[in-house]
Amino acid sequence: MTLIEAENSVIEEFSMYEEWLDKYEYLIELGKSLKDYPESAKTDEKLIKGCQSRVWLDYRIEDGKIVFNADSDAIITKGIISLLIGIYSGRTPQEILSSDFSVVEKIGLKENLSPTRANGLVSMIAKIREIASVNA
Amino acid sequence: MDINEIRNLFPALSRKVYGKDLVYLDNAATSQRLKSVMDLWNYLSSNSTANIHRAVHRLADEATQAYEDARISVKEFLNAESREEIIFTSGTTASINLAAFCFGESFISEGDEVIVTEAEHHSNIVPWQMMCKRKGAILKVLPVDDNGYLKVDVLDEIITERTRILAVTHVSNVLGIINPVKDIISICHSKGVAVLVDGAQGAVHCNVDVQDLDCDFYAFSGHKLYAATGTGVLYGKKKWLDAMPPYMGGGEMVGTVTFEETTFAPLPMKFEAGTQNFTSTPTLKPALECVKLLNINNLDNIKGFILDKLINDERITLYGVPRGTGEDKIPLFSFTVKGVHHEDMALILDKMGIAVRSGQMCAEPLMNRFGVTGMLRASFAPYNTIEEAEYFVKCLDKAINMLI
Repeated sequence: MTLIEAENSVIEEFSMYEEWLDKYEYLIELGKSLKDYPESAKTDEKLIKGCQSRVWLDYRIEDGKIVFNADSDAIITKGIISLLIGIYSGRTPQEILSSDFSVVEKIGLKENLSPTRANGLVSMIAKIREIASVNA
Repeated sequence: MDINEIRNLFPALSRKVYGKDLVYLDNAATSQRLKSVMDLWNYLSSNSTANIHRAVHRLADEATQAYEDARISVKEFLNAESREEIIFTSGTTASINLAAFCFGESFISEGDEVIVTEAEHHSNIVPWQMMCKRKGAILKVLPVDDNGYLKVDVLDEIITERTRILAVTHVSNVLGIINPVKDIISICHSKGVAVLVDGAQGAVHCNVDVQDLDCDFYAFSGHKLYAATGTGVLYGKKKWLDAMPPYMGGGEMVGTVTFEETTFAPLPMKFEAGTQNFTSTPTLKPALECVKLLNINNLDNIKGFILDKLINDERITLYGVPRGTGEDKIPLFSFTVKGVHHEDMALILDKMGIAVRSGQMCAEPLMNRFGVTGMLRASFAPYNTIEEAEYFVKCLDKAINMLI
């Protein structure tokens, strides 16, 4: 699946739920599916600044592709980072940098989060881009 | 008044969020606003926008009248001895900052001691901490027990001959326990220690009589008792207010001004520098009239119902567990859910139409005391219904099941 296909698939998935409560339920499931983030990687450097709850984002390079791993102490936040990882993990830095990340606007995520959470989302995207550009 | 009549006094209560009826349970942070408060605010904005206490024209006269009427209302509400003891501020935080700064200037020297309690809001910690730092004084802490009750029995040991003032909340904004402030004041006074009571929650839920309490200072905010934001009160005994220097200089707080020397206005204006909030502060009058009226309608049903549900749910830990049947607790419930982040809960409840608070609630030391990073808080007002309480409990269960 190309990055654009992955984005579209998330947009489609999200549009299936009419009620925001159901969309949250979907995010919670995504959050729960994100596993095996080692305690030892919960360091200050991997902590994303600007989130209300704590979010850690780690990565490794495999065959020139960035593989992300993340965790959060809040499950909805974890669902959001899981959603982003689902799209952007396993891509080359160039692929990630070519994305405009408009997917978050298209699924209405940003305007349905409280301002502090929306800031957190912006911080997550910034961190993913930063990791991509460092490794480009 | 029956509950529907009460609800009709608050326009916001009929609104919907996400297509659902609003269930507003964040009253300890800010209560919804009375229609009569909005009407007065609009009336004053349309008719009497003029600076008070100064000009001789009609508009200024009306504005001054409305402002001073509110002072009389507050004096009666607190049963203060005189209107001079009522200082208007922008809120509880501003009131405590004023008291801490000015009391410190007059009465705190290096090595003196100030006591706060473990159950305080940051607004009743930080101003004292800042003052202590400035004066080289020592800040001491009266702890709470595991149920959230102040350990009043150790107060005797904490007070020394260097203790000058103790700052205590009437009701903790996290625990909801009504502290035995009258006893604390009596102990303190027997040792020559002054007492400031943070009444941000207490003024809403307790019948406050500052002469009966014998407190030296009492602070509260208008926005938690149905008035406009940016309104607050500092009550202070005249003997202290007279002995304290002004907080800020300028405006109507002066007697005469020359470049060599300034004399200050008498109380209460000595502490009201600059242009006052002459449109919002008058809204304290209709708000306080309503507080007296609403408190007749008690919230015991809701309190009993919620306490029973939260205490008997094994997934939930309640902080501020009343020893008896809850007479000494206001209808404010802070809790955590095992294995669930407070923020997730608040977010889900929000989408169900329920407004609750989540986080540290401006009481980080208390969060540390109970070993949590944050809590959820549902705080009820007299306009909340038992049906809302039932809906809240139902949604709480649904949200927990979604998140676990």
